[in-house]
Amino acid sequence: MEIAWFKKIRKPKQPVEHKRIQVPEGLWVKCNGCKEIIYKKEVLRNANVCPKCNYHFRISARERLSALFDDARYQEVDTDIYSVDSLKFRDVKSYRDRLREYREKTGLNDAIINARGTIGGLQVMMAVMEYGFMGGSMGSAVGEKVTRAIERALDERIPLVIICCSGGARMQEGVLSLMQMAKISAALGKLHEARVPYISILTDPTTGGVTASFAMLGDLNIAEPKALIGFAGPRVIEQTIREKLPEEFQRSEFLVEHGMLDFIVERREMRDILIRCLKFLMNAEALAAFAPTSAAPSSTAGSDLVPGAAASGSENVASSQPGRTREPLPFPSPLVARNKITSSPEVS
Amino acid sequence: MAAEEDDFERPLRELEKRIEELSGVPGGDDRADEIERLDRRLQALRQEVYAHLTPWQRALVERHPKRPYTLDYVNLLFSDFVEIHGDRKYADDPAIVAGLATYKGTPIAVVGHQKGRDTREKVRRNFGMPRPEGYRKAVRVMELAEKFQRPLFTFVDTPGAYPGKGAEERGQAEAIAVSLRTMARLTIPIVVTVTGEGGSGGALAIAVGDRVLMLEHAVYSVISPEGCAAILWSDQGKAKEAARAMRITAPDLRELEIIDAIVPEPPGGAQADHTRQAAILDDHLMAALEELRSVLPVERVEARYQKFRRMGTFGQAKFF
Repeated sequence: MEIAWFKKIRKPKQPVEHKRIQVPEGLWVKCNGCKEIIYKKEVLRNANVCPKCNYHFRISARERLSALFDDARYQEVDTDIYSVDSLKFRDVKSYRDRLREYREKTGLNDAIINARGTIGGLQVMMAVMEYGFMGGSMGSAVGEKVTRAIERALDERIPLVIICCSGGARMQEGVLSLMQMAKISAALGKLHEARVPYISILTDPTTGGVTASFAMLGDLNIAEPKALIGFAGPRVIEQTIREKLPEEFQRSEFLVEHGMLDFIVERREMRDILIRCLKFLMNAEALAAFAPTSAAPSSTAGSDLVPGAAASGSENVASSQPGRTREPLPFPSPLVARNKITSSPEVS
Repeated sequence: MAAEEDDFERPLRELEKRIEELSGVPGGDDRADEIERLDRRLQALRQEVYAHLTPWQRALVERHPKRPYTLDYVNLLFSDFVEIHGDRKYADDPAIVAGLATYKGTPIAVVGHQKGRDTREKVRRNFGMPRPEGYRKAVRVMELAEKFQRPLFTFVDTPGAYPGKGAEERGQAEAIAVSLRTMARLTIPIVVTVTGEGGSGGALAIAVGDRVLMLEHAVYSVISPEGCAAILWSDQGKAKEAARAMRITAPDLRELEIIDAIVPEPPGGAQADHTRQAAILDDHLMAALEELRSVLPVERVEARYQKFRRMGTFGQAKFF
């Protein structure tokens, strides 16, 4: 049996719903920290940090590059490296399809961007991980790009900054992903011996094989506030020890307390702190004294930065700074000539 | 089918039982002939079963409780073993053993994961899952070997680095990372043998060698089949599929050029005959060491760098 007044009350509700949809999308955001609804412009003005609770929103690799390099200008390098499904891996979906999806979604070849530019007037090689691409997971392509960033820094004797943001090794590439840890750590060993500075910036989240290789090997390991940083993920640990972990476990502040990080930097201050640290780390005398003699002779001492050197045609120039860039490494570089390279692009 | 895949040793056990039953009772020549016949069948069957192990079955074999562990190999291959304990920072980790020994007259250093045989020992060794102290002890012994220019042998057999609370607090990730970097830059000859479970970063941390050998039935992977199944399939029961998909067996790794050689196992696997297994491995270790000793240290370390530098498969083309 229907009651007329019941219907009458329900009717006016619909326009309200309709009105809510009409609000321009993305004008407001909900903070993951304090759960408050905040005006998005305010968050953006604040370097993607919640003005109420200081929660650091996850940002893209490009946003980070723009925020750190002088005048938001940088030259992207190694843009042509991409992942292939060499194991023909298939879980509930094929790895091939996953890769294609993420390429379309992010406009990136893989979960990392390598770029060169200046920070406080100093040439810096930077590699920034992109969480939006398969959780920033590290497969062969990411491993290769990190290694190339290290080799470029080593070759050009310029400091290296890596921004980590990754769930760890990419399972779809099996043991090939695992070996990237060894490959990258070996390259960092060379960099270390040559006294070329390396700053590792750990952001939310940095776990697994990324933490257990390059994230923890910086001359300085610094983190954003409240970032999840660890070897094993909290869920795995909870299953192992059969107890619930406290909220602050494996957060930046917890790691500092346990002596595992040098310090925590808020996003707005990151650039200034980097400039301050690089001033200490970049020492031409130390670099000259420990220049490797055994490796391929490097013609790229810091002094021969060619003014006005044009970027090679194959490189993707993203607002590069003329006069501060130099010729990229020829490819294939002698070091990587024996890499297995699949030249036929199976994705388009 | 699933149960059959898990319990592939059942037909072998059944035959063994029958032989035992027959031997228990007195009988004439007929009985002796029968026993001999069954024994031959058992040998053949064992060879047959082990020749056709699936990736998942291999994952089960390398967890066999009778597999030889690092200290077994040390006893069978080296002499004058002196075990070294502790990381000089916090504690000693029994999940990794390290020490000095002599191999065919040459002083050498040895580092390896160690599992326990009985329950008490298993717990003490934490099932072969090291904590940061273990890796720091390993690095200490590596540096000792480097300082006195002695070759290093490592034995890899771990489900993975221990995912515990204290391990995280004390920097599990940092300990592994430092071990990777240190090992990559040692100038001494390093021969690695994956003897059982090569479980992820916890295994790789002591596996950056000039030569990486792997036992026939051993596995080596980025994550355990169960772990992979839990994450990608959201179902631990899909471990068999995951084991196949990840390509974790010795022939897979040889094909992917991650390892240098496969060390054959005796019929029934290394667990069936420790002495025989050690003898087979001995030849491989000796050959690898001889080869490495003929190279200059600088060249050796650069060759090791290039070896790992080449690992991984990627494409190169422009899309954007």
